[in-house]
Amino acid sequence: MTLHLTTEERAFLAGDHGEAVSLAMRILVSAAELLGAQALVRITSAHIDGCLHHGDGGVEFAEKLVATGGRVAVPTTLNVGALDLLHPDTVRADPSKLAMARRQMDAYVSIGAEPTFTCAPYQVGHQPAFGEQVAWGESNAIAFANSVLGARTERYGDFLDACCALAGRAPLHGLHIGQNRQATVVVDATNVPDALKDQDVFYPVLGSWLGLEVGREVSVIIGLPSTVSRDQLKALGASAASTGAVALFHVAGVTPEAPNLDAVVGETQSVDRIKLTADMVKGALKRLSTADTVERIDAVAVGSPHFSITEFEALLTLVRGRRMAVPFYACTARATLQELEVKGNDLLQLQEAGVEIIADTCVVVTPILRESGGVLMTNSGKFAHYAPSNTGYEVVYGSLEDCVESAVTGLVTRTEAIWSW
Amino acid sequence: MVEGRVLIPGNAEGRFLRLQAPISLWGGIDPVSGVVIDPRHPDYGVSIGGAVLAMPGAVGSSSSSAVMLELLREGNAPSAILMASADAILAIGILVSLELGYPTCPVLEVELSALDGTPQGTLLRVTSEGRVISP
Repeated sequence: MTLHLTTEERAFLAGDHGEAVSLAMRILVSAAELLGAQALVRITSAHIDGCLHHGDGGVEFAEKLVATGGRVAVPTTLNVGALDLLHPDTVRADPSKLAMARRQMDAYVSIGAEPTFTCAPYQVGHQPAFGEQVAWGESNAIAFANSVLGARTERYGDFLDACCALAGRAPLHGLHIGQNRQATVVVDATNVPDALKDQDVFYPVLGSWLGLEVGREVSVIIGLPSTVSRDQLKALGASAASTGAVALFHVAGVTPEAPNLDAVVGETQSVDRIKLTADMVKGALKRLSTADTVERIDAVAVGSPHFSITEFEALLTLVRGRRMAVPFYACTARATLQELEVKGNDLLQLQEAGVEIIADTCVVVTPILRESGGVLMTNSGKFAHYAPSNTGYEVVYGSLEDCVESAVTGLVTRTEAIWSW
Repeated sequence: MVEGRVLIPGNAEGRFLRLQAPISLWGGIDPVSGVVIDPRHPDYGVSIGGAVLAMPGAVGSSSSSAVMLELLREGNAPSAILMASADAILAIGILVSLELGYPTCPVLEVELSALDGTPQGTLLRVTSEGRVISP
């Protein structure tokens, strides 16, 4: 099992195309070898998750790429950074940390990546076609690209995503290969009441359960309505990629590789079958909240993954003419914010209701929430998963409607009846 | 003695720490102190710094490579990592650390059940050939 490189790839490695490409190839080749890949595959696009500041090592790496003449070889978008560059006062941090965070974002723009700064590049025009080979970072974007778009990427972390973008290659392994995209677990959601399956609030719960249950396995879900929306699939994937290492799930009759169950369940391999029960769903719902018995909330955050225009429209319908009693953060891409700005007075009405729009970043990756701490309410499975460790806030999970009703009074309001069956 | 597949070579020694559940380094481990910060994780509050760390699985965020790099830079990375299955996300943080001239950390792919009889805290040595031995 040795890695075969083409003549061109050997030249990349040798430094014939500059030191940055050579560095990228050294890391790429080591990664390919440890993953057991026998070749590299050409990619058509990349999404770099490396511009979020975790420490100065990340800045050093990015600036090394710039200093050695690095340039992305394929169209490349950027994930969130640690700053809201459009609203500079949003993030609380000391000036030296802010400066390093800025340098890291700037470095990736300098190598030719688009300053999209979003965890949902698929909402701002970066949509690879079915079957395209790509190298994406950011766990929710990976799940979306594979599952909803039918593009092919493995789970690329910080640095490797940039190396792939510079070399225009990825290790040919895992989900880049068709046979590895077959499901090994069938999840049967037939028993879940249709009324619940119609609600957005169900999908982060399903995803959270799925990630814990299947880990890194490829699953196929049967029994979901054919009307399941992109935003619901986005929420499902983001949640599953938080509690597990889910990079691909199929929904029979909905996602492009699974027109039916047979298309993704090979005849020869053994498949686990799990029937989704009320207890499983209720257990996952309970786990999404760390503060189930509290009465008051201190803030609401929505938009992980970044809010889409459709989600903003739903939010606007709920908040129009009302006033939030606690801080209400909606995180989104700068491109989506721009779309809102040109849509008449939508943005103004959201702001008048007390919705604070965060662009380029989000509340769990950088200090935005008030330092006093407290209880955060969210409709996002990913926020619910990461907020306790990353912000110190306790979490209450609920629907978007629950979040708005609770924010208006500052008291937890949740619709519980839909979970009983 | 346990033998594994070498993912990142190196010699190291440390106390055995077997995590009780899969973890995402990002959101799971403080990148500076090396302490488990996810209150939902059964090993909440435990430090992974200097340990021969057995991980039942890596989950979650693709930012975990960056956390690995920062742990190595800060000197609070595990002394070695034993993983049930090869995961590029962690290994990449170590490869970048090497490129930038920071410390490294050997990683082995190991059948973790082979360590079932090893008590937590046992002093273990990991060799560059991929062996895990009690010195």
